[in-house]
Amino acid sequence: MATYRDKKGRPIIVVTGMGVATPLGAGKEDNWERLLAGQSGIRAIKRFPTDGLKTRIAGTVDYVEVEPFCTPALSERLGEIVIEEAVAEAGIGKKGDFPGPLFVALPPIEMEWPQRMELAAESRSNNEVTYDDLLRASSSGKYAKYYPRFMFGSIAEKLAETFGTKGSPISLSTACASGASAIQLGMEAIRRGETNVALCVGADGSVNAESLIRFSLLSALSTQNDNPEAASKPFAKNRDGFVMSEGGGALVLESMDAAKARGAKIYGVLEGVGELADSFHRTRSSPDGKPIIGCLRNALADCGLAPEDIDYINAHGTSTPENDKMEHLGVSTVFGEHSKKVMISSNKSIIGHTLSAAGVVEAVFSFMTLENQRVPPTINYQVPDPAIPMDVVPNTARDAQVRHVMSNSFGFGGQNVSLVMAREPA
Amino acid sequence: MSGEREVWITGIGILSCLGEGPEEHWQKLMQGKPVADTATFAPYIVHPIGTVSFDKQIPKKGDQRQMEAWQRIGTYAAGLALDSAGVKGNSEILGKMDMIVAAGGGERDLAVDSAILTGMPKTGNPDVYLNERLMNDLRPTLFLAQLSNLLAGNISIVHGVTGSSRTFLGEEGSGVDAVRIAFLRIKDGLSKIALVGGAHNGERKDMFLLYEFGSYNLKDKFAPVWDRGSKGGFALGSLGAFLVLEDPEHAKARGAKPIARLSAVLSERCRRKPGELTATLRGMWDKIKGTLKAGGHAIISGATGAEPAATEERALFADHAGVPVRATGTYIGHGVEPQFAMNIALAAVAIGHGGLYPPTDSASVEKPMQGSLTQAVVTGVGHWRGEGLALVEAAI
Repeated sequence: MATYRDKKGRPIIVVTGMGVATPLGAGKEDNWERLLAGQSGIRAIKRFPTDGLKTRIAGTVDYVEVEPFCTPALSERLGEIVIEEAVAEAGIGKKGDFPGPLFVALPPIEMEWPQRMELAAESRSNNEVTYDDLLRASSSGKYAKYYPRFMFGSIAEKLAETFGTKGSPISLSTACASGASAIQLGMEAIRRGETNVALCVGADGSVNAESLIRFSLLSALSTQNDNPEAASKPFAKNRDGFVMSEGGGALVLESMDAAKARGAKIYGVLEGVGELADSFHRTRSSPDGKPIIGCLRNALADCGLAPEDIDYINAHGTSTPENDKMEHLGVSTVFGEHSKKVMISSNKSIIGHTLSAAGVVEAVFSFMTLENQRVPPTINYQVPDPAIPMDVVPNTARDAQVRHVMSNSFGFGGQNVSLVMAREPA
Repeated sequence: MSGEREVWITGIGILSCLGEGPEEHWQKLMQGKPVADTATFAPYIVHPIGTVSFDKQIPKKGDQRQMEAWQRIGTYAAGLALDSAGVKGNSEILGKMDMIVAAGGGERDLAVDSAILTGMPKTGNPDVYLNERLMNDLRPTLFLAQLSNLLAGNISIVHGVTGSSRTFLGEEGSGVDAVRIAFLRIKDGLSKIALVGGAHNGERKDMFLLYEFGSYNLKDKFAPVWDRGSKGGFALGSLGAFLVLEDPEHAKARGAKPIARLSAVLSERCRRKPGELTATLRGMWDKIKGTLKAGGHAIISGATGAEPAATEERALFADHAGVPVRATGTYIGHGVEPQFAMNIALAAVAIGHGGLYPPTDSASVEKPMQGSLTQAVVTGVGHWRGEGLALVEAAI
């Protein structure tokens, strides 16, 4: 049997199935068409009243019904939708019997306000409602259904059960880098020879009032509510924050040996991954850009590529003043002169920031960019920022030769992860 | 890839109701008298962290203010582990050190929640009222304490661990997988030195609330883990536990000695239908049994006290009647995510002392140890999901 190894003698890792859901819709085809057309998925929030809030827009996934709404329920459903698509595309295993482990990036979970309000009502406290009242109400046994719902492990448990993944499923949270971390764990498991195939997923449905308000209190969100579709403006001078969004992405990773052996269609190669953490501040990057620079360099070193080999960067590009400036500093330092030539665009201009899911969602779009040799645009780029002189593929999709793509994810808390992908093995 | 390496434990950082560091833990365990707080949160029982001089590991007050209790406990324990490994402040090593943290969620501001719930029935529009109150009452910094990955973030900021940073979610199982992945990455040569563990604040009414939905809280009267009857239950414990795992070549190059060797870390998932947990534990045991030496090994159990998990775990012990067992949960309570790392640490400490602490239960699941302890099988049995097993051995 032929064995496919990369420059470092490790198994080559390919992608044989993908699934995606965003505010643009569910499924690769719909998403790709709208992404290329630059049709924004950002709109006024209808899920809950936004009276009194500074930010009243988001990229909510309204076409998926979960009753009653809560973040873990929507995240779980999004996970199911994208895994179904990815596994069907890969044509691997049998229904409910996926032959490898699950790595899933998720938002933190906790009981939400509707449940607290239900318990408060049940407690029949006439005056002040304290946690002692809630505790009294909770011990009735009536709310046993909430128990697994608000366990952190419950979403991965349900997905593992539904799709029959093998071993202990790993849920992870590295803030906005979570999705990329999930992919990294899958890559490492295949490189270690533990498995030939892995399911890497990100799912996030956390647009609820409290989550939105928390980000809002950090002044992280765009407040340009009047024209939601124009609010996410990565790399533009008038960018004023990110737009919260929801979605999911799934990748079936396989060793190239295993994929070839079963005659699977190969959508692309995951060539490298790099990471580096930041110790500067809880929400801000180190001003010297060293952690981001090191992260990008680690990703290139992992697959033995030079900056000039990268034709397109799928940016983290959140549209916050800070992130986009720091991402430019990182890219311009690592890529040098090539940073003025390399195409860099932000899917978040169109779909918003899908948070824990973003790393996987944007990896799916990166592979579609390679497959179609067409680069999705950065929309809402009307006022260039002279401090960021890069080809952001402004406003209109572009046909281009794309051999290698880098996809960046940088998170609150200082976790940075970059992936490098290609259409064909080097 | 190059050949597989051994994995050494070169640092231990533990903090619980028993105190801080290996020696304080060992002395309290040897005294054989579990202590739990049955009064403060009555009827709920907790194992409180007590008074900790956080300044010793988190010198900047500003850093401490940006953390909730679970993050302070974890950042403190991580500092102890780095001290123990002799790498504290060594920016060259810390800049390349990998980190995996198993974490739960942030803590609620109980006063804010209570005030909102109290005021809500008196308003015409609860949703709009909620928006107003949250906008005015939430502290922006609370958000950071709430994020699960901010324990790792705080460890990066306070101690400078920046090689990589990953946070796993999912109760007890996440703690097992955190250790497993850190272990495998070193074994495989991908990582040279790693900090792995977690932290838990059990003195939280919002946590009792969650576990009360599933009737898991131990109430009213304290009893050792094996003496909690058919209903079972766990007493939450506040604790932090971090291990420094290291490639022996890396350790030797810097003159570091092993505390113990971590020889296997396994995790599994089962649906917990009757008998499945026992079968899963047996399956993992079978993978390590070839390395166990007669008479020199013991089981450090991660039993929480919850049923039916505790009974199913006892069926595994019954297969190995001569192997002494200790459930550390009797002493330190249930710390959920960091429990597995804590038990690996306590196993290493016991091996260092060449024996076990005295039995505690009246059910006689725990028996005195004859002979010298050189190997410990550490079980991780989640109260609801998550199964793990580790083998800790004397280093030489």
